[in-house]
Amino acid sequence: MSIRERMSGNEAVAYAIKQINPDVMPAFPITPSTEIPQMVSTFIANGEIDTEFIPVESEHSSMSATMGASAAGARALTATSSCGLAYMWELLYVAASDRLPLVLALVNRALTGPININCDHSDSMGARDAGWIQIYAENNQEAYDNFIQSFRISEHPDVMLPFMACQDGFITSHAVENIELIETDKVKAFVGDYNPENYLLNAEMPMAVGPYATSPFYMETKMNQRLAMKNAKKVILDVAAEFEKISGRKYGFFEEYKLDDAEVAIVIMGSAAGTTKDAIDALRAKGIKAGLLKIRVFRPFPGEEIAEALKNVKAVAILDRAESFSACGGPVGSEVKAAMFDAGVNVKAVNYFYGIGGRDYTVESATSVFEDLMKIADGSMEPENFKYVGLRK
Amino acid sequence: MKKNIEIRWHGRGGQGAKTAALLLADVAFSTGMHVQGFPEYGPERMGAPITAYNRIGHEPIRVHSNIYNPDFVVVVDETLLHSVDVTKGLSEDGAIVINTTKEKEEILPLLNGYKGGVYIIDARKVSMATLGKYFPNSPMLASIVKVSKIMDEEVFLTQMEESYKHKFAKKPEVIEGNMNALKMALSEVR
Repeated sequence: MSIRERMSGNEAVAYAIKQINPDVMPAFPITPSTEIPQMVSTFIANGEIDTEFIPVESEHSSMSATMGASAAGARALTATSSCGLAYMWELLYVAASDRLPLVLALVNRALTGPININCDHSDSMGARDAGWIQIYAENNQEAYDNFIQSFRISEHPDVMLPFMACQDGFITSHAVENIELIETDKVKAFVGDYNPENYLLNAEMPMAVGPYATSPFYMETKMNQRLAMKNAKKVILDVAAEFEKISGRKYGFFEEYKLDDAEVAIVIMGSAAGTTKDAIDALRAKGIKAGLLKIRVFRPFPGEEIAEALKNVKAVAILDRAESFSACGGPVGSEVKAAMFDAGVNVKAVNYFYGIGGRDYTVESATSVFEDLMKIADGSMEPENFKYVGLRK
Repeated sequence: MKKNIEIRWHGRGGQGAKTAALLLADVAFSTGMHVQGFPEYGPERMGAPITAYNRIGHEPIRVHSNIYNPDFVVVVDETLLHSVDVTKGLSEDGAIVINTTKEKEEILPLLNGYKGGVYIIDARKVSMATLGKYFPNSPMLASIVKVSKIMDEEVFLTQMEESYKHKFAKKPEVIEGNMNALKMALSEVR
């Protein structure tokens, strides 16, 4: 029997960490992820888990210490947000090329400039090319479920890549909602012990981690990272199928909501997906065939699968919660459009920016996008390259 | 058609409007409902106006936005009536509950012509009489439960007692005072 509870997204991730009882957690606090290390250190102080908590002086150090612990052979993790992730920057790439299976609980928050503490995806989107697996959660339940699956995916011998488990700052991290928890013994059995094949503290087989790679080797390293990312696709689905057996909850690369017969569709990630679902139900009640594709896995990017799922709609809106300043659109929009082009899917597509710096995204916001799409679908409106949702005039 | 009851809380930083919203989510959860309790975050500081929200219903809640057309509004600090449009978007089939020492007639002109239910409670009086200190949370929580009829009052009191026993396990002496604050508020709100 699952455990009926209510908790915030941060509490849910901290609870998952408690159930997993990882070996090492270095961390430095930053809003809105601070509660995660705070709660975990309380569990440790209470003797509920025996994770080694390392308080450090910066995020550069928290990522360095997490990598050091992971390279030594420990199951290691940390948490951060926004500028904290930015301060880890150079090390994100090192963790990926060193093939360290560590997990980062990222609570998405806008990057500074102007300073802002609220949610958008500019932090993780900026790190999208660092070589990390990135999975996004719609609510506290998914933040918890994704976290429990994280180490299984990351530590798989065919993968061995760092994992960013993302949830929307404040919107889910600080909202208390109902949640179904899984019993700790089942979580422990699911996650299993970590027995790395190669690790620094193995005296029987000395190894080097993070050596210099000359030009004859560097490119092959990158090719191998790409192969690992490709392998991750199968592993993500296998782990999700196993997770369904203990939880009853089904996960894939993305969730399709009423997309089967949809004529107009929104592609979105994170907490805004639930809000979009309510808009879809209201539109469906009026006979409008609206649907949703909620991206869960952004790295590896399931381009072929997304293109296949969207091929029958008449118009699609891809909503980005981060700028890329290409002046042509945002990161999710560009990748979805490229995937559709590669697959020969010729659907009218508009890229929107929404929710930047915590701008609220409401049911009315989603409805207004669908209203645009209806006009584009019937030919009464030309699709613009990109637009804004909720921009003040 | 609205599936959930939506509540907006207005308070000042440090008064516990956020805590009250989370307590309401907690008690509604313990009666088997689906809940959401969340604050609106910004550059908060002590004494600045803050907003917190609840969605409560019998179906899973998917929306993750602020609440613009609440069924009920709770005002924890009456001085906000002069600076915040507390009835903005408030359903006229719903109601507003205000913590005030004033009479209803004095409050009505500050509500921008709001035509729904208006309820007042002197949370300071209740808190001082039962706890000896000013904690408006418990009285305001009881008031909104009574006005919104979100749950049976007896069930509410039973669940709150359980919750206080858990929360104040290390200082059981404050449980009775808080329970008295809830009970007194249930009869004082008008």
